[in-house]
Amino acid sequence: MKTFLLVLLGALTWPAFGSEGQPEIHSVDLDVFDHASVRRGAEHYIHYCQGCHSLKHLRYSRLAKDYQIDDDTMKREFLLGERKMHETLLSAMRPEDAEQWFGAPAPDLSLSARARGADWIYTYLKSFYLDPSRPTGVNNLLVNNVAMPNVLADFQGLQVPVIAHQGGMEYIERLALQQPGTMSPEAFDRALQDLMNFLVYVSEPSQLQRLKLGKYVLGFLLLLTVLLYFLKKEYWKDVH
Amino acid sequence: MGDPLKTKTTLADCGNALLTWVDERLPVVKFWHDHAAKYYAPKNFNFFYFFGSLALLVLINQLVTGIFLAMAYKPDAELAFDSVEMIMRDVHWGWLLRYLHSTGASAFFIVIYLHMFRALLYGSYKQPRELIWLFGMVIFLLLMAEAFMGYLLPWGQMSYWGAQVIISLFGAIPVIGEDLALWIRGDYVVADATLNRFFALHVVAIPILLLLLVVLHLSALHTVGSNNPDGIDIKKNKGWDGVPLDGIPFHPYYTVKDLFGAGVFLLLFAFVVFYLPEMGGLFLEPPNFEPADPLKTPEHIAPVWYFTPFYSILRAVPSKFGGVIAMGASIVVLFLLPWLDRCRVRSIRYRSPVYAVILGLFVLSFIGLGILGTKPVSPVNTILVRIFSVLYFGFFLLMPWYSAKEKTQPEPDRLTPGSIPLAARQGKHWDLIRSLLHKVLDPVAAGTLKVEAKVEAELGRLLGKDKS
Repeated sequence: MKTFLLVLLGALTWPAFGSEGQPEIHSVDLDVFDHASVRRGAEHYIHYCQGCHSLKHLRYSRLAKDYQIDDDTMKREFLLGERKMHETLLSAMRPEDAEQWFGAPAPDLSLSARARGADWIYTYLKSFYLDPSRPTGVNNLLVNNVAMPNVLADFQGLQVPVIAHQGGMEYIERLALQQPGTMSPEAFDRALQDLMNFLVYVSEPSQLQRLKLGKYVLGFLLLLTVLLYFLKKEYWKDVH
Repeated sequence: MGDPLKTKTTLADCGNALLTWVDERLPVVKFWHDHAAKYYAPKNFNFFYFFGSLALLVLINQLVTGIFLAMAYKPDAELAFDSVEMIMRDVHWGWLLRYLHSTGASAFFIVIYLHMFRALLYGSYKQPRELIWLFGMVIFLLLMAEAFMGYLLPWGQMSYWGAQVIISLFGAIPVIGEDLALWIRGDYVVADATLNRFFALHVVAIPILLLLLVVLHLSALHTVGSNNPDGIDIKKNKGWDGVPLDGIPFHPYYTVKDLFGAGVFLLLFAFVVFYLPEMGGLFLEPPNFEPADPLKTPEHIAPVWYFTPFYSILRAVPSKFGGVIAMGASIVVLFLLPWLDRCRVRSIRYRSPVYAVILGLFVLSFIGLGILGTKPVSPVNTILVRIFSVLYFGFFLLMPWYSAKEKTQPEPDRLTPGSIPLAARQGKHWDLIRSLLHKVLDPVAAGTLKVEAKVEAELGRLLGKDKS
């Protein structure tokens, strides 16, 4: 009975959370076949994300092969320090350090685009706002009291919450740009789009193969099925 | 110089000699005749009769892809999740093997549910096919166990917490419950021991039992013969040679027909494998792309779609133990079907229209329970789930009463076509569908007539001009 009451209580309060408590998720246009975009996204990742976040399921060599990046470019742009082509994109930060510095280890992002969805990450990265009560000075609309600092603040600029009142309750209506960053909002969106294309690729590198191969498999099966249909018709013409 | 009387030995002769040699030691020819070339099946199988052979096709797919997946998978709590990703990235064609296997799991249930629905439509579980139904139900149970244990193996968040919730249900059984749950898990929570034993059961024990049951299911079927959309016995009308007049040999007629069915199925299957392997989170759930974390409960734990009707029934009952009983009963009651149904005729074609309505309500409630099982609990959902649960159980428990009272129509003496053309279908709902189709199609037909008339007039005008 106690569990039932708890379940019922949860059921009664759930719609309230579902409809108003969650901020809107913006959708991002994705195309993993846009080689230039994925390469730019990979560069952004290596310069601004890899410091803390690993991609333990992606090898440098796989990235180079899938997007036809030559060895020189790989060495110059991607293989920072003493890294080797066959290695995976691990972060140099130790989890123990992260725990001490931010209170939580930085999650591996290999599958983030499949677990959370690219739209969610895209919206999340745009939802940081100034909050002096936080140790990092920022908070996030999607993850309250987030441990991650706003790494992209230099490009995006600084956002402040616009507070609205309703029925004696305060809530954040939207975020407003207080101080512009080095990128225009449009350029920042494009950079995030590149980053999302890269993360979507990382979450399933085989999708490049899968999506290309699919139409041939379906074409073959269609042909086979049509032939089988006529075979069946031929055999069945004497059944009345 | 060779002997002129001795003819040349051909390859075919060698083949025949080998076959005779084997056949004297193992009855392969008899087996082939009994189960294919001289197994007479009713000639009017329709769309719903594809799903038996398709289930076999999916089973083979699961076995073959499963063997190759097991070569790279590591049943260890520390390694399992990463080994699945290794299959997806570093194993040659590993991603294809994995998607064929994961999509195959869902396809298996789609095919099996349609196969069971066919039995409900045409009374295929009724005397003398009770054993076929019982073996089929055991296959269904084994399949659920196989899918449940297989789902733990990727060791994602949903794998872990789904198993945690379902195994904890055993804990609701009085007295022995907690010990039973502990015995199943091999630990106090779902852990490495659980993963290891589920792997063993998933790849060895249950597949062997499944194959055994498939053999029993088919042997029982071939003993009494297949049912048909008319639900009548084709062995009543035999020709001078003892062959049923309405029967056709399974091979080549149904082998070629089922091959065509397999082609259509594979087209749809490949479309999902190549373009929608996650099926919008239904076949592969997003939280399962996060490694299992015993310290972090996901916001919303839902089983994979094929378990949701039964999960809904579990949630419909306020007490945990009551829910477990209801869920168990919802599956046990299926076993009793051959003895609950007291209708004189088998096929829905000759049963009362009332049965069609009742069966429709049952299908609706099963789908409704399935959809609601994927959603979080809310007051409205709970009410709906309870209504659907009552309908679900009502279908079975009231069956002895309503099926005995049914006003049936006379069955035909010989088989009628497998699918009735729309124009010949009887009943108010078919009248409605016909009139609706008429309304939609009529303007189109009228439109084309007008166009044709115009073209004709125009042509006439042009031709007339040419003449002048």
